[in-house]
Amino acid sequence: MQPFHKHQGRAVPLDRINVDTDQIIPKQFLKRIERTGFGEFLFYDWRRTPDGKPNESFILNHPCHQGASILIAGKNFGCGSSREHAVWALSDYGFRTVIAPSFADIFANNSTKNGFLNVALTEGEVAELMRRSQQDGYQLTVDLEQRKVYDEQEFSASFQIDDFVRHCLLHGLDDIGLTLQHESDIAAYEARHASPWQSNV
Amino acid sequence: MRDYAGPLPAELDQRRAGNLIGRPRLAPMPARSWYTIHGLSRFWCGTTSTFIRPDTENPMTSKRTLFEKIWDAHVVSEPTGRSPLIYIDLHLVHEVTSPQAFDGLRAAGRSVRQPSRTVATVDHNVPTEPRGTPILDPIAAKQIQALEKNCKEFAIRFFDMDSPEQGIVHVIGPELGFTQPGLTIVCGDSHTSTHGAFGSLAFGIGTSEVEHVLATQCLPQRKPKTMNIVVHGRLPEGVTGKDLALGVIGQIGTDGATGHVIEYSGEVVRGLSMEGRMTLCNMSIEAGARAAMVAPDEATFAYVKGRRFAPQGEAWDKALTYWKTLVSDPGAHFDKVLTIAAGTLAPFVTWGTNPGMVVQVTGRVPDMNGGDRKATEQALQYMGLEPGTRIEDIPIDRVFIGSCTNSRLEDLRAAARVAKGYHVSPNVRAMVVPGSQAIKHAAEKEGLHRVFQEAGFEWRESGCSMCLGMNPDILQPGERCASTSNRNFEGRQGRGGRTHLVSPMMAAAAAIAGHFTDIRNWKFQ
Repeated sequence: MQPFHKHQGRAVPLDRINVDTDQIIPKQFLKRIERTGFGEFLFYDWRRTPDGKPNESFILNHPCHQGASILIAGKNFGCGSSREHAVWALSDYGFRTVIAPSFADIFANNSTKNGFLNVALTEGEVAELMRRSQQDGYQLTVDLEQRKVYDEQEFSASFQIDDFVRHCLLHGLDDIGLTLQHESDIAAYEARHASPWQSNV
Repeated sequence: MRDYAGPLPAELDQRRAGNLIGRPRLAPMPARSWYTIHGLSRFWCGTTSTFIRPDTENPMTSKRTLFEKIWDAHVVSEPTGRSPLIYIDLHLVHEVTSPQAFDGLRAAGRSVRQPSRTVATVDHNVPTEPRGTPILDPIAAKQIQALEKNCKEFAIRFFDMDSPEQGIVHVIGPELGFTQPGLTIVCGDSHTSTHGAFGSLAFGIGTSEVEHVLATQCLPQRKPKTMNIVVHGRLPEGVTGKDLALGVIGQIGTDGATGHVIEYSGEVVRGLSMEGRMTLCNMSIEAGARAAMVAPDEATFAYVKGRRFAPQGEAWDKALTYWKTLVSDPGAHFDKVLTIAAGTLAPFVTWGTNPGMVVQVTGRVPDMNGGDRKATEQALQYMGLEPGTRIEDIPIDRVFIGSCTNSRLEDLRAAARVAKGYHVSPNVRAMVVPGSQAIKHAAEKEGLHRVFQEAGFEWRESGCSMCLGMNPDILQPGERCASTSNRNFEGRQGRGGRTHLVSPMMAAAAAIAGHFTDIRNWKFQ
């Protein structure tokens, strides 16, 4: 997993609340059995017209937002389906982080497992970033070490993040490996609790 | 003989004592303004008399909620500075969210730790045409084959497309008796919350976590907060578990329960059938809940008893003794409490593009002044609706009766009762997709398929179908659908499709009337 320390990049505003994972990656693209290649289908129904051409009015298609790697969005980002493909699509497109007032639980978990950072700021701070990121080429820095988001125009905000999540992101940790360090605990637990279905195999 | 998986009461007591010594409970959250009326009413167009309060009773006592009892019984380890490691009793697997997890195992040279605690089936991609019809989409076919191959390689029990046990994973888990009170259950699917209806802790996970559970049978989990939703009174005639679920989401919003496990209680919840409880828990993810549960009772035990994978004989007696301890202790602390008077609920219809945008069937499409103006505007534009339109005046093109929310025998019976003696409107195409092969056969035994077919409904094979349109069952752009499923997101049932969520009875009535109509005035034949 790619570690996340500090990232500076272009920010793009997606001024919508409750962006669900069906929007982030529509179902017709979930049939692939790989983890890669989802970026071109990110926000497909918004990014493309029904005949598959780029929808010029969608924010990600604006020339000034090309190459953006920081997404600014409304509250409850990533609600709905558990599809991890949503995080894969955001990452594959080139996003490293989403800044929003709040995130849905499963999306938040999926992000952590992929080295993808969710930054929760206040509604007011997000509204300010939404406004600033309208500018052509607006650059923002997300610093996980310092738990800070700032630009070169005197915007600065701190964010909170679970210590362990931060630790995993900073070090790009594979948490299956961490769990397997508890082999003896797991085995002891299993010795106490037999599966109720074992005899039916 | 089958041994029961859960701890015995004596052991529970020991754990509880250990818990008290080793892990003092945190002080209660201060009263918060989280539930202001403003926040509550974002998309709410109902009239329910409801109040909500932070619960501050007895936070320091040993009284535990149902959730806490199950959580405590599944803590494998509590590493310093990390989330507790929780043991997973049952892992349900389907074709869409698992292939990358199996690839991950192979890449790391890991195996499946507990194949006997893992159960797989295909549901999302499965066509609902008669079985044996070839799958025309080669990518879908490949995904289905991948699951079959992975299950063979890792010795996982797999119910393939042609097996009589096939069905939506959240339908067959309970149906086959895998789902039992007190278990921890996960699946790479957000609607795993369904299984909480049995008093289990069941939640959806992503593919990386699927891989984690396959490899370790555990998950590191931050302990969620708790929320108690108490439903008092009596559900009025024509108002179902689905309407209750929509009513709750309408009030607290699609993120109203984020970070929380909901426990539903009160006489209305007690009075719901297991099917109704499953519908209620199923939809709780639409309020953002981590999981939802109902304490097991006689209805639960009666449902589980005798099912193929349920404990039997002595194991049943042991299990039952434990299951009866799975209730929240009187006075146990919840982080939030919401009380609902059921008498004020009505049949609901969603008007917008998330399940919180909901209104009573007798209501109107809201204007732009309430709630979040921009979101309302975006939703109305997508839905092609004008503010102020009477819900009952909205014509529909399609009807979908199915999904893990509402495809069980009770749902089909309710819809058939409405359809009996009528015919689907000439402008409407309506389909019924049973949740499993077992439900399909049971319904056919009762003659429900004939009622539907005579009324002009399509009677199809089991699967997720048009709930999310991964198979060929999709809406065409602009088509408007009355659907018993769980999500009315943009494009969910097909690009440009417009979904209105309703109960099975309301869907059947809309199919016949050609527009939404109040089931409370229906003339049953």
